[in-house]
Amino acid sequence: MLPLRRQTAEAPTVPRAGGHRGIWADAALRLAKNKLAVAGGIILLLLVIAAIFAPFIAPKGYAEGSLEQNYATPGKRYLLGADFMGRDLLSRIIYGTRVSLTVGVVGATLATIIGVIYGSISGFYGGRIDNWMMRFVDLMYGLPTLLLIILIMVYFRSSSLVGVESNPVIKALSVIDDAIGGMFFIFIGIATTSWLTMSRLVRGMILSLKEQQFVEAALVAGASDFRIMSRHLLPNFLGPVIVAETLNIPNYIIIEAFLSFIGLGVNPPMPSWGGMISEGFRGMRSYPHLVLFPAMALSITLLAFNFLGDGLRDALDPRMR
Amino acid sequence: MYRFILRRILWSIPVLFILSLITFFLMHSIPGGPFDTEKQVPKEIKANLERKYRLDQPLWRQYMEYSWGIVRHLDFGPSYASRSRTVNDIIKDHLPVSAQLGALALAIAIGTGVPLGIIAALKQNTYIDYASTFLAILGRSIPSLALGPFLIWIFALKLHLLPVATWETPQHMILPAITLGAAESALLARLTRASMLQVLREDYIRTAWAKGLPRPSIMLRHALKNALIPVITVMGPLFAVIITGTFIVEYIFAIPGLGRYFITSIGNRDYPVIMGTSLLFGFFIIAANLLVDISYAFIDPRIRYQ
Repeated sequence: MLPLRRQTAEAPTVPRAGGHRGIWADAALRLAKNKLAVAGGIILLLLVIAAIFAPFIAPKGYAEGSLEQNYATPGKRYLLGADFMGRDLLSRIIYGTRVSLTVGVVGATLATIIGVIYGSISGFYGGRIDNWMMRFVDLMYGLPTLLLIILIMVYFRSSSLVGVESNPVIKALSVIDDAIGGMFFIFIGIATTSWLTMSRLVRGMILSLKEQQFVEAALVAGASDFRIMSRHLLPNFLGPVIVAETLNIPNYIIIEAFLSFIGLGVNPPMPSWGGMISEGFRGMRSYPHLVLFPAMALSITLLAFNFLGDGLRDALDPRMR
Repeated sequence: MYRFILRRILWSIPVLFILSLITFFLMHSIPGGPFDTEKQVPKEIKANLERKYRLDQPLWRQYMEYSWGIVRHLDFGPSYASRSRTVNDIIKDHLPVSAQLGALALAIAIGTGVPLGIIAALKQNTYIDYASTFLAILGRSIPSLALGPFLIWIFALKLHLLPVATWETPQHMILPAITLGAAESALLARLTRASMLQVLREDYIRTAWAKGLPRPSIMLRHALKNALIPVITVMGPLFAVIITGTFIVEYIFAIPGLGRYFITSIGNRDYPVIMGTSLLFGFFIIAANLLVDISYAFIDPRIRYQ
């Protein structure tokens, strides 16, 4: 009896050891020690700043050019040269950050929202609803993702052409699409398939969470299904789910670059790195810089995301290091 | 096990059906028919053309005829852009080149990725491991539409070592195959490393050590064999990525493959060609997934009883 009491009495004076910080603080510490991840984070921060303050940083506007200056070589006047329409390449690359980052972040957000809602409903109600909803996910999973996105983009881009009579919904959507430089349809294209993995992940989590006693307590207290899902279940899995989804951002950036490269992406003159590579490609023998600089911008951005993403994953699951 | 395989085969039928439905109805609901060009065609000629291509029939009927044509005679219909060639001719001319490119890229991806991952896992937390991990991230971060121009610039324009464009000699094939395979090699390296590390911690590996087995025997027979099981599962998706990757790589290197033709037909809005090639690519991808799943059931006994 006595030794036990002494132990409990002494307990508060024991200095807090490493295990007491909680998993997120621990992970943050491990992340800060990972030099590549920190470097990736810093580059991303700079890119975000470049995207937000593009009009102040870029020497010129992205659409402004003079045809006498076309294919100007890198130099004092144009730091990275000028493209086939005499537009400053550096400015277009800086503005291109906006498209890439927006598509990446919006893509991840849409995947999370759709996936969380779908997975929650499927996992929470279970039974036949769950069965049908998951069979649908399986079906969609079998379809080739990029091919589907290409087909959807062909449909949207062809239906919203000027002078083409299409149904009013498409017309209304294409007005929104035009207003943001052609990114809206890209969002829809990416969103059709990107939520599948997320919905499976969330469903699995809900299945194990809903058996817990706090859910039972909420049920007894008369909480509605929506309240249980949004207030009791969601906070329990949202953190890891968001981390998992940020790892997918590079995929969405690549898809956008791909679509713009084959001419289904953003609307010109909106600069996208994929579109710029495609534009510069014909003159690559004589003016390789027009291709190489956008390609470098794209690669560096993806590299930064992957460094940070890998660091994040290692920090949260240190056994894999 | 045969029940598993049968169920898996039957499951791919609705997937193919949905793919064909989506493809057909998306392409056919685009407003403006293929003969609504800028040049005004007389009404009678347009009506005749539409009758010839059966565009005057109800949509469901067109779909039935189209899919029946594919199932029965492997007939993908006519091309609108090049009147002299059918979609079948186009596939016949261009598919072999794409298949060669894809096979080469797959060989590069597996041949470099898996060994790199094994070495990284065996030398965990040494400089070899860090270097291979760095290489793997690099490979994943440089998409083919950036890597292609980089390689062309270095090896063709600066060093004049390799030719680009067209598809004639083996030298022509080196750069495209590397461009297509690099990202997949990086993915495989990462996956093999992680899987190998996980297996090396298993109890049966410790047992093998305790039995006093030699190191190569433990690594190859006990660890590697099991570590490769999850690697095989990604072969299906990997195949899909390589197929869709050919679109970009063939376009960049001006290779006369089906992927490049697909991109060109998107530019021309040649819907029958888009439809036919999409269905063909989709079929290959779905079939690859099916094969991988079936082979998985043979390799991993645990899956058979699920």
